[in-house]
Amino acid sequence: MSAIAPAAFREPNLLQKLATRPAAMAGLTILVIMIALALLAPWLSPYDPAKLAVRDRMQGPSLLHLFGTDDLGRDVLTRVLYSGRTSITVGFAVVIFASIIGVFLGLMAGFFRRLDTPVSRLIDAMMAFPDILLAIALVAALGASATNVVIALGTVYAPRLARVVRASTLVIRELPYVEAARALGVPTPVILVRHVLRNVTSPLLVQATFIFANAILAEAGLSFLGVGISPDIPTWGTMISVGRQYLEQAPWIMWFPGGAIIVTVLSLQLVGDGLRDFLDPRLAKDV
Amino acid sequence: MIRSTLNRIIGMLVVMALVVTIVFVIVRVTPGDPAAVMLGPDATPADIASLRERLGLNASIPEQFMSYVAGILRGDFGRSIFLNQPVTQALLQRAEPTFFLTIFSLAIATLIALPVGVLSAYLRGSIFDQVATAIAMFAASIPSFWLGLVFMQIFAVQFGWFDSSGYGGPGANFGERMHHLVLPAVTLGLISSALITRFTRASMLDVLNDDYVRTARSKGMSEWRVVTKHALKNALIPILTVIGLTAALLISGAIVTETVFGLPGVGNLIVSAVLRRDYPVIQGALLVVAGLYVLVNFAIDMLYLIVDPRVRY
Repeated sequence: MSAIAPAAFREPNLLQKLATRPAAMAGLTILVIMIALALLAPWLSPYDPAKLAVRDRMQGPSLLHLFGTDDLGRDVLTRVLYSGRTSITVGFAVVIFASIIGVFLGLMAGFFRRLDTPVSRLIDAMMAFPDILLAIALVAALGASATNVVIALGTVYAPRLARVVRASTLVIRELPYVEAARALGVPTPVILVRHVLRNVTSPLLVQATFIFANAILAEAGLSFLGVGISPDIPTWGTMISVGRQYLEQAPWIMWFPGGAIIVTVLSLQLVGDGLRDFLDPRLAKDV
Repeated sequence: MIRSTLNRIIGMLVVMALVVTIVFVIVRVTPGDPAAVMLGPDATPADIASLRERLGLNASIPEQFMSYVAGILRGDFGRSIFLNQPVTQALLQRAEPTFFLTIFSLAIATLIALPVGVLSAYLRGSIFDQVATAIAMFAASIPSFWLGLVFMQIFAVQFGWFDSSGYGGPGANFGERMHHLVLPAVTLGLISSALITRFTRASMLDVLNDDYVRTARSKGMSEWRVVTKHALKNALIPILTVIGLTAALLISGAIVTETVFGLPGVGNLIVSAVLRRDYPVIQGALLVVAGLYVLVNFAIDMLYLIVDPRVRY
């Protein structure tokens, strides 16, 4: 018997595909580092993010305080790391919340012809509001808290995901395997989950990555304006808001959290672009 | 064409009706009594009852909705609780800085994005293209309020070329007022240029390989004419769409930027209204901005109909 067996073709997994794109891989690496830094903050920094040290207030970057200290003497690097926890967690929670609503609406509109027009019009109406404006209005109505910021931003971004899911569902529902499942009497919820939802994950993942990036920017904007998460909880937005008052004396207070936002958002955009190139090539040339 | 126009008008009216409904619902999702929330914890029951009466909150929800819609149709967006003036008047009084900020930002964004996007597509894969694409992606990652503060620190605090905030005071002439808009407009313009650049590049790439561009080249036409007369002209519709939608979205950017630079515009009004829970102002601003967005969308769709007769709605 020959020991040689035909080599089975194995589809490369997502990470292997991403590894073929240096920019996307760089983005993923930076993102993982930013998440790790946020998670490991208590072990990485010798300082307490909330402990006041008025004697050390507004010291410039030095070996002792790499990013300097803020108006209350707190170590800026430590606060940037801890703020990353809130900002990244809120961004991720927004993506989950928006995905749940967006996928549901998109599947309903795309799969059931009768629901298409009303749901699509609702999506159009929701998308008529600029992100920050609608989020501000919702937070104003619901009250400022981390949970309400997630609900507000999730509601704002859900229509974008719904649009993507609807467009893919419209195509998938006409494919032979869906027709075959229908003909075999497979219940509609099973068809939706097993056959449709599984096949919309690629465009969904691409869009979700960009929404993650936008959510981090929007959360920072809300916190900066003082209408988002409580100022007592450190976020990159609230740190910039504080730093704004000391532009002349201690500009580093707002430099570094801004830098953290840029690095995180840029890494997500690089990953999103890479994912789009092979998961959703139709959109690869668009923005 | 007439049928398509009518279909689009009906579509726009349906979306506007939904926008009005969403704005109405937003205030009603407030946990507890909206009047009590607006007046804060120190309000007396008599104050709350009086405000409820003034806002018509004692009527049933359908009645409130009907009276709200009737008001909008009359151009009455309610009365600001804290400014004690009609919302329309409050919005109009603050329209100038927001209007000019939007126009200048859009002009800066377009002046940067169009040539860079066109050249990027034309020189696809070159160093210029890669650098331009990287810068556009980087610009899209910068929070506008942070960039505004950095510019303020450099050009207002360090160099003293501009005032760090305000709109020149009550007696300021037009030139002085516009001088205060330079930094905010550059901030918003640079960030908005990222999106327009990427769209311009994508649209140009679509048309640069088309047959008619190849034909134009084979006729010996100069590259300048091929790019500007044939390619750019055809790529312009999607680019105009993005520029139009960016104009509407800039109002959103203005909310944050006006706050950074202390400009007394609509954005600043909205933030103050949110902090004071002045719901009539929030509702009015939401309606006006969303209405503008729907109208811009409609105008772009109509432009498509005129420019490309194959388009049908």
